[in-house]
Amino acid sequence: MTHRLFLARELGIALALALLVAVTFAANPRFLSAQNVKDLLLGSTILAILAVGQAIVVITRNVDLSVGSILGLSAMATGVLFVGTPGLPVPVAVVAGVALGAVCGAVNGGLIAAARVPALVVTLGTLYVFRGLDHTWASGRQINAADMPRGFLRMGSATVLGVPVLALFAVAVLVAAGFVLRSYRSGRELYAIGSDPEAARLSGVPVGRRVFWAFVASGALAGLAGVLHAARYGTLDANAGLGQELNVVAAVVVGGVAIFGGSGSVYGAALGAVLLTTIGSALPVLGVNPFWQRAAVGALILAAIGLDRLLAVRLARRLQGARHGR
Amino acid sequence: MLALRHVGKSFGAVAALRDVDLTLRAGEAHALVGENGAGKSTLVKILAGVHAPDTGTVLLDGAPVAFAGPADARAAGIAVIYQEPTLFPDLSVAENIFMGRQPLTSLRRIDTARMRRESAALFARLGVHIDPDRPARGLSIADQQLVEIAKALSTDARVLVMDEPTAALSGVEVERLFAVVRALRADGAAVLFISHRFDEVYALCDRITVMRDGRVVDSGPAAERSVDEVVRRMVGRDVATLFPKLDTTPGEVRLDVRGLSRRGFFRDVTFQVRGGEIVALAGLVGAGRSEVVRAVFGIDRPDAGEVRVDGRRLPPGDTPAAIAAGLALVPEDRRQQGLVMELSVERNATLPRRWALSTAGLLLGGAERRSAASWTERLRVKAARLTDPVSTLSGGNQQKVVLAKWLATAPRVLVVDEPTRGIDVGTKAEVHRLLSELAADGVAVLMVSSELPEVLGMADRVLVMREGRLVADIPRATADEESVMVAATGAQA
Repeated sequence: MTHRLFLARELGIALALALLVAVTFAANPRFLSAQNVKDLLLGSTILAILAVGQAIVVITRNVDLSVGSILGLSAMATGVLFVGTPGLPVPVAVVAGVALGAVCGAVNGGLIAAARVPALVVTLGTLYVFRGLDHTWASGRQINAADMPRGFLRMGSATVLGVPVLALFAVAVLVAAGFVLRSYRSGRELYAIGSDPEAARLSGVPVGRRVFWAFVASGALAGLAGVLHAARYGTLDANAGLGQELNVVAAVVVGGVAIFGGSGSVYGAALGAVLLTTIGSALPVLGVNPFWQRAAVGALILAAIGLDRLLAVRLARRLQGARHGR
Repeated sequence: MLALRHVGKSFGAVAALRDVDLTLRAGEAHALVGENGAGKSTLVKILAGVHAPDTGTVLLDGAPVAFAGPADARAAGIAVIYQEPTLFPDLSVAENIFMGRQPLTSLRRIDTARMRRESAALFARLGVHIDPDRPARGLSIADQQLVEIAKALSTDARVLVMDEPTAALSGVEVERLFAVVRALRADGAAVLFISHRFDEVYALCDRITVMRDGRVVDSGPAAERSVDEVVRRMVGRDVATLFPKLDTTPGEVRLDVRGLSRRGFFRDVTFQVRGGEIVALAGLVGAGRSEVVRAVFGIDRPDAGEVRVDGRRLPPGDTPAAIAAGLALVPEDRRQQGLVMELSVERNATLPRRWALSTAGLLLGGAERRSAASWTERLRVKAARLTDPVSTLSGGNQQKVVLAKWLATAPRVLVVDEPTRGIDVGTKAEVHRLLSELAADGVAVLMVSSELPEVLGMADRVLVMREGRLVADIPRATADEESVMVAATGAQA
């Protein structure tokens, strides 16, 4: 029954996405040209990866506001690595970026678990700290596409059977995260923590450890997103990913992950990311003033919350109706 | 099998347990009784590995053990049913039962099919029908309690600790539970049973340990101790009388409920309560009593019917209007509906009167503090400081804060839903005394209760509900256990 509800929620976003694409396509058939679809997927990739990480954290009734800064730091690190070590193999750079993100996530998770400070405050702090490190590191340095190996930059635009390689990264991340969350103890325990942290503790769930690793996962994925950002754009300054954290939280909420934890899925979050990106490129095609784009995103968040509420009320009714007689 | 030796535990300056000895033997059911705040729940949490004792040792099979957390205690074969259900509302019932120890396939994936199957088998053993796939959200308290019990049984524990498992259960469910517990005991499990219902204690247990103020004051075979002796040791004095009912003459009709209906819950409920009267609303769990009360108070909007207080009709589904009209509700689930657990005692006690206590819209500390102090004193609330969060109080004291909060509004109609659920004999008597005094002052009292002695001891009239309908209105003179149960179950006498 719960699975059916989740399905309904994700189906809703998928339908909204399909509707948006259909309307835009009707207005301008070039919207679905191979090039534009590729751009859409590329554009969604980084946000989707961040959203998967954020969903893992939000499910535990926490939030990670530092992901934009981690992305910036990891992108900068990738560039610096390539400048400092010409001929560095690409996979090493990817691993280094992910590892740096994981370390940042561990800082977040460690502070939250050890100091028992709400994640909102801790990650708001590290948002500035990580961005500050990024700026310090970037000062006096100019990283351009020419500084990076061609193989790395090609990864940012290459396609396999028409699908961008970056999008494949996102799909792999999504499937792996979804699988762990649904089918493994550690994954289900994240939901338990978000649903009722005290009950989780009484059930013997290692709450602190699980939350710590959720932040490490979110950080690592933000690190990966940073590497992909560097590959895609080539030119790096200290403002990469600036303000991205709110887009990510928006994608997660639109995707049906309850902000107070315990329910939702990474698939929904990823769909939310795709939907937000698609709106971004569909509105200009539809002739809507780009000025309205932010308002549209806001309306979408409110609509998503309204839908969640409606589904919850309907579910509550059905459950009470199904109460067994005694 | 499991023993505590000289165990002590303090929280801040408050000593919850002092030099406690307790021995649980295989194949024996051991009752732990005591007033609220006597330290029973703390003892349970030490056995469960939630708290570590400050002094003394826990012995398992004669060897000292130190549990680092609940997982350790569970691995050692100790299963605990907590007083307040500890469920995950967003997860399915089956996941709730197996959280942290789900059955796994060879690839370490969760075996959902097996989890569902075993949950269904557990419910069959308990003789209840709960869909393992439904989320725990929206389960009634009784069903939540049954899920808790299933959770404990699923561990195949050697030691089963039950902290008031029956508080929300109906008679049939209690019998089922006891049958299962007796079977476990016969298989050599040790059982620790905490309850305020002495009939259950004597029906199930071989030994009784009495606690008072964090100490064990008596321990020994149940057969050698009468209820009166046990109660005297619990409170350290004689309980004058558990049901201090004052005779009153009913006055004007205060609460007038006509044709109240809410689809799927109750139909065509009509009754009156006069000033000075205590009217009990009895019936089995799930008969719709709490739902009627919620509709009367304006929490749920009824589909049809009306509620009048002193002749004035209340707008349906409008709680502030109900409070303004002089209605007060002490809800069934004090943790979720009666209190804001994180707020201080004084904040909670003055919550419904924020406006009355404020000056030009500002809530200044003085008035709030004075009012809270006077009421908590009158009700003898035991709290270290009034600024402590309510969550730090024991169950009985929490209930007193709920009562204080509403009594301070000087209600004309007081609705109490299970006023003494999960609170000890001493506090129970105090709550009963309060209700009687209020009625004597002309307040109309509507009391929902599942405890028959309470219903019979306190009520001027007993209204009985069955499957959403009001089926009987029995005056005090003719109300007895049989007449009420016959009406509640629909059985032929």
